[in-house]
Amino acid sequence: MSAANKQFVLLLEGVNKSFDGFKAIDDLTLYMDEGELRTIIGPNGAGKSTMLDIITGRTKPDSGKVEFGFDIDLTTLNEPAINRLGIGRKFQTPSVYIHHTVFENLLLSLKGPRGVWAALFSRTTSEQQDRIAAVLQTIGLLGKKDELAGSLSHGQKQWLELGMLLAQEPRLLLVDEPAAGMTDEETHKTGELLLSLEGKHSIIVIEHDMTFVRQIARKVTVLHQGHVLCEGAVDAVQNDERVKEVYLGRKKKH
Amino acid sequence: MQRKYAHLKTGALLAVLAWFLLALPCLNAFTAPASALHVSDFTINLYGKYLCYAMLAISVDLLWGYTGLLSLGQACFFTLGGYMMGMYLMRMIGTLGQYHQPIPDFLVFLGWSSLPAFWRPFDSFAFAMLMAVLLPGTLAGLFGYLAFRSRIRGVYFSILTQALTYAACLLFFRNSLLLGGNNGFTDFKFIFGHDLREPETQRGLYVATVLALLGVFLFCKWLTRTKFGKIQRAIRDSENRVLFSGYTTANFQLFVFIVAALIASLAGVLYVPQVGIINPSEMATDKSLEAVVWVAVGGRGTLIGPILGAFVVNDLKSWATRAYPDMWLIFLGTTFILVTVFMPKGIVGLPAQLKGVYARRFARNKTTGAGAAATETLQPAKSK
Repeated sequence: MSAANKQFVLLLEGVNKSFDGFKAIDDLTLYMDEGELRTIIGPNGAGKSTMLDIITGRTKPDSGKVEFGFDIDLTTLNEPAINRLGIGRKFQTPSVYIHHTVFENLLLSLKGPRGVWAALFSRTTSEQQDRIAAVLQTIGLLGKKDELAGSLSHGQKQWLELGMLLAQEPRLLLVDEPAAGMTDEETHKTGELLLSLEGKHSIIVIEHDMTFVRQIARKVTVLHQGHVLCEGAVDAVQNDERVKEVYLGRKKKH
Repeated sequence: MQRKYAHLKTGALLAVLAWFLLALPCLNAFTAPASALHVSDFTINLYGKYLCYAMLAISVDLLWGYTGLLSLGQACFFTLGGYMMGMYLMRMIGTLGQYHQPIPDFLVFLGWSSLPAFWRPFDSFAFAMLMAVLLPGTLAGLFGYLAFRSRIRGVYFSILTQALTYAACLLFFRNSLLLGGNNGFTDFKFIFGHDLREPETQRGLYVATVLALLGVFLFCKWLTRTKFGKIQRAIRDSENRVLFSGYTTANFQLFVFIVAALIASLAGVLYVPQVGIINPSEMATDKSLEAVVWVAVGGRGTLIGPILGAFVVNDLKSWATRAYPDMWLIFLGTTFILVTVFMPKGIVGLPAQLKGVYARRFARNKTTGAGAAATETLQPAKSK
């Protein structure tokens, strides 16, 4: 694949990052098409979360190119600025505002002005209410609108956080282990939710659970030691000898 | 049920306001000192002081309880406001000082025969008040900008604000700063031409303080209800989420830090003419910590809590420093530990806490006591 004649929503080329001599990301190159749903797997320490940190501005890469929306250089921007460009990130452990209601959680996430003055003098419009209701519908928490986020179950918190991402109307969604700690049923629902977003947003999902990966996977990228080991359809990836060796084989999964 | 409760709360608050704003000053002014209803000048003065402390406590809580930033620097902004007021009051002494010179006594003592240039504009009350806004505001702005931009959080923020206060304390101890050194300012005579020793003047200052606290309270009530207030609490609960939702949290923290500094400064401005002295010891470590204890005791994350805490703890202090002068700090420390362990939501959270304890006790009794009545225990579950 070449980047020269094609435009990608996200482009990482030759990215490197070391922590105290440990190469977390090693010459990583990855391209994402607009509207693509991409699943990234890899053993612990493969650099999956570090990659997300680099994309979202939490960590600066030592070298390499990180570009979004065709030509915006992400390496010089901080987290809020990158988020405002349209990149939303869901953390592995659900991070919602536990002392706010579900409604307020979404209200604070809705796309709109992010300044101090705007926050001081803004009022909730009926249009915003409608948008929040639509998100609540999507994540299946309509009945929990006025409950404190802290009182939700673990799975519901994960969905709420996904809803908070959707409220931001991002172009690119980065979702780190959305099914962690969920029951089988919740996991399946989460998978359906992500699939329903395909095409509307570009999505990167990082996941460990292979059943879940099989449910949602279109194109799978396998990371190993901070480097792309192989890329392709889920069956092709699972049958790849190198993948079996470093990841699937070692985990005793078929 | 909820609404009825809210009315009750508003009613109680208005009653308390009427008590402090109308009843106390009237009982002080219009009853004979021998009357059982009389409120002494001492009490008015003491409550005026507590009200200033309550404002200082709100400024601590706005940062700690609402934004998750435990600032130990509020005493610094309080004292800066106090010094600005103090400089104006020093100029109002005129030639009535010990040396009968037209400049403050300590300057005569230091060998000055005319007023240093930076003192001159403080003849104007308006200028002193302008400086009481600008000086703490600018210091909070600069310090906050650097701290929040570097993402200084948690205990590091507390230590740095403590260091700021200590540095200011050491600076103000120096005679060469020409602000009275370790003695600070005292022996004030007049404010707006009124004699500070007159009960009317003190009563006026007291009423002004009640109104100022009311203003601060209503302002904070408004602030915490806006979207800004929601973002503030979101930062406290999950700063990462706020950052990754596109908010530059540093700007929000900076804004709250400056607002809190101004509230603390206002408290200092009103404190000085009522207490009659201001010196660098107001910036000592224990002063900042005391304000934190008021908030913890009253209940942080609420606006009533800090006011209540300031009154309760300072009343305790008034009693303890008379009854057991050497034990006060031990009392204070013990109170803080007990409150933190057993009353994490402070006095304000006590009713809900007791209700919870009662409900649990009640539920336990019901399950152990109702051996044969298995069907009966189903009732409450169903009626849920």
